[in-house]
Amino acid sequence: MSDEDLTFEDSYRDSDEDVEDVEDEDDYVDDDDTDLNFTDVVAEKDRKKNYEVDFIVHSIEGIVKNQDDEVTHVSNILGIQKQHAATLLRHFRWNKERLIERYMEDSTEVLNKAGVITDNARTPKFIKIPGFICDICCDDDEDLDTLALSCGHRFCKNCYEHYLTQKIKEEGESRRILCMASKCNVIVDEKTVELAVNKDIHERYRTLLNRTYVDDNEYLRWCPAPSCEYAIECHVPQTSLTSIVPTVECVCTHRFCFGCGFPDHQPSICVLVKKWIKKCEDDSETANWISAHTKECGKCHSTIEKNGGCNHMTCRKCKYEFCWVCMGPWSEHGTSWYNCNRYDEKTSIDARDQQAKSRASLERYLHYYNRFANHEQSAKLDRELYNKTEKKMEEMQQTSDLSWIEVQFLKKAVDILVQCRMTLKWTYAFAFYLARNNQTDIFEDNQRDLEMAVEQLSELLEKPIEAEKIAELKQQVLDKTVYVGSRREVLLEDTAKGLLESRWEFQVDIKS
Amino acid sequence: MSALFTKRLSKELVDLKINPPVGIEVTEADTFKSWKLTLDGVDGTLYAGERFTLEFRFSPNYPMESPEVVFTGNIPIHPHIYSNGHICLNVLYNQWSPVLSVRSVCLSIQSMLSSCTCKEPPPDNNHYVKTAKASPKQTQWSFHDDSV
Repeated sequence: MSDEDLTFEDSYRDSDEDVEDVEDEDDYVDDDDTDLNFTDVVAEKDRKKNYEVDFIVHSIEGIVKNQDDEVTHVSNILGIQKQHAATLLRHFRWNKERLIERYMEDSTEVLNKAGVITDNARTPKFIKIPGFICDICCDDDEDLDTLALSCGHRFCKNCYEHYLTQKIKEEGESRRILCMASKCNVIVDEKTVELAVNKDIHERYRTLLNRTYVDDNEYLRWCPAPSCEYAIECHVPQTSLTSIVPTVECVCTHRFCFGCGFPDHQPSICVLVKKWIKKCEDDSETANWISAHTKECGKCHSTIEKNGGCNHMTCRKCKYEFCWVCMGPWSEHGTSWYNCNRYDEKTSIDARDQQAKSRASLERYLHYYNRFANHEQSAKLDRELYNKTEKKMEEMQQTSDLSWIEVQFLKKAVDILVQCRMTLKWTYAFAFYLARNNQTDIFEDNQRDLEMAVEQLSELLEKPIEAEKIAELKQQVLDKTVYVGSRREVLLEDTAKGLLESRWEFQVDIKS
Repeated sequence: MSALFTKRLSKELVDLKINPPVGIEVTEADTFKSWKLTLDGVDGTLYAGERFTLEFRFSPNYPMESPEVVFTGNIPIHPHIYSNGHICLNVLYNQWSPVLSVRSVCLSIQSMLSSCTCKEPPPDNNHYVKTAKASPKQTQWSFHDDSV
């Protein structure tokens, strides 16, 4: 039994203990194997895994309701009108606790800074004032509708509408639209906006406000999938992202990282993902080409591409003369011009060793990159496989007496397969940055086991379907699917635990 | 929107012509797209005796949106004025308010010149002039000198 099996076993036992309190003691028989296994399965389901995080998916309606609830709450506590409570909350980026605390300390300062004047006697409404001249359009009509915020700066209805429409429609501004007067920092509140603009603009304004509600809130994030309108709530602060990979799943089935918004990248932590992507963008193609087409000068390590001519090379930079074939110094080639037979001479071997060393880090990167890219590519192919599988499922319903529900095992298998490929892909980015120690061996064992299982499942799914063998195939696929899923769990669990315990050492600074 | 735009600019123009502020004169206002005004250096300041030309360009969203204001021709040497004529003044950008006008902008610029104690270009002038867009409104200004 290998190391990771032990870990698996251990985590089973842990869960036993966790459950003991909840389970009926009488049912629990320690030395009965089957019973033990049975409890384990239940326990494994109930227990929250280390690599999983709690999250809630909110629809637009939910987001609106949440905002309303918070606004009402604050408005009740502080005894101010709802539109003012909303402005304050937006100023404090929806950090209710901090707002209330600061408000209790010094309400005047908080109100000033947030641009709110609470004057309950003054609710925004249009009034006609004889002799009024609007400072903006210079209109002085007798029956001009005018509007002023609590700061008292009064302008005509028309100008207000133009101004707000410009801000909302053209500039996409919503939560910080200031009074039109110069140097006045009073915010135009929700009620005033509703009063002054037409229905379309108001709708746009609400949408923008909802957007900022999610954007401003540390624990909310929009699902990044195209045209998906759900937002995820997850209480993992940015500061924990070096020890947790908070993968969440939207109701639209898109799986992504709550920390950075990137598609699910377990087990790699966000900062490594960022570094890796940047590295790949900068380096991978170039590195591949360099590796395939160039050699290095034995003296100054300049990268040299030989695009013609003979084997007698002279480095442009340091003028070192060497042989392209054996990499040894040219001076030792004596009279055997243009026909190198010195491959095994000591100086040549040394020169090539030198070369090999300097190329090792490049090779190391390519090793991880190629595997990373391979799984990415395979995942794409798996999407094609998914279509094939659908066809296969139809076939199975026709050729056997299996019903739709019974052939769902194939769909499930493909789902798991794609998910595992994603995980595997990111294990290579993770491994690239890992510093080698005993822990890395465990990690690599887990990685290898998952990879083998994934390839086996993949192969199984590509087999042609024969009517008489369907039952057998189903059994095999089912078994493999469960096994692959569990290998993924083992790997993720161990990595996540390691991150929490700071067990992994990285070659780069993950705090920066 | 254009009704407001033309009404407002005609009123401003009439006001500037009937009741011009000291040292400020409209020289060219044939369209509502762009105006030219001259600005005289105030006596007793570093710019006394000098005359500068300001160009105002208006978008149809004026006065909800700020006008584009640059010096043309003879450009004053001032720590907040770049040699391409761009002016670093917050009311022209993020502190713009629709109640501000051509008159108030000219007065702000005049007072900015008057309070200057040392005629020198902005420290980053060369770099800025090389990289700046044609319109100063496309520059992300940061305002760090509150003394003017």
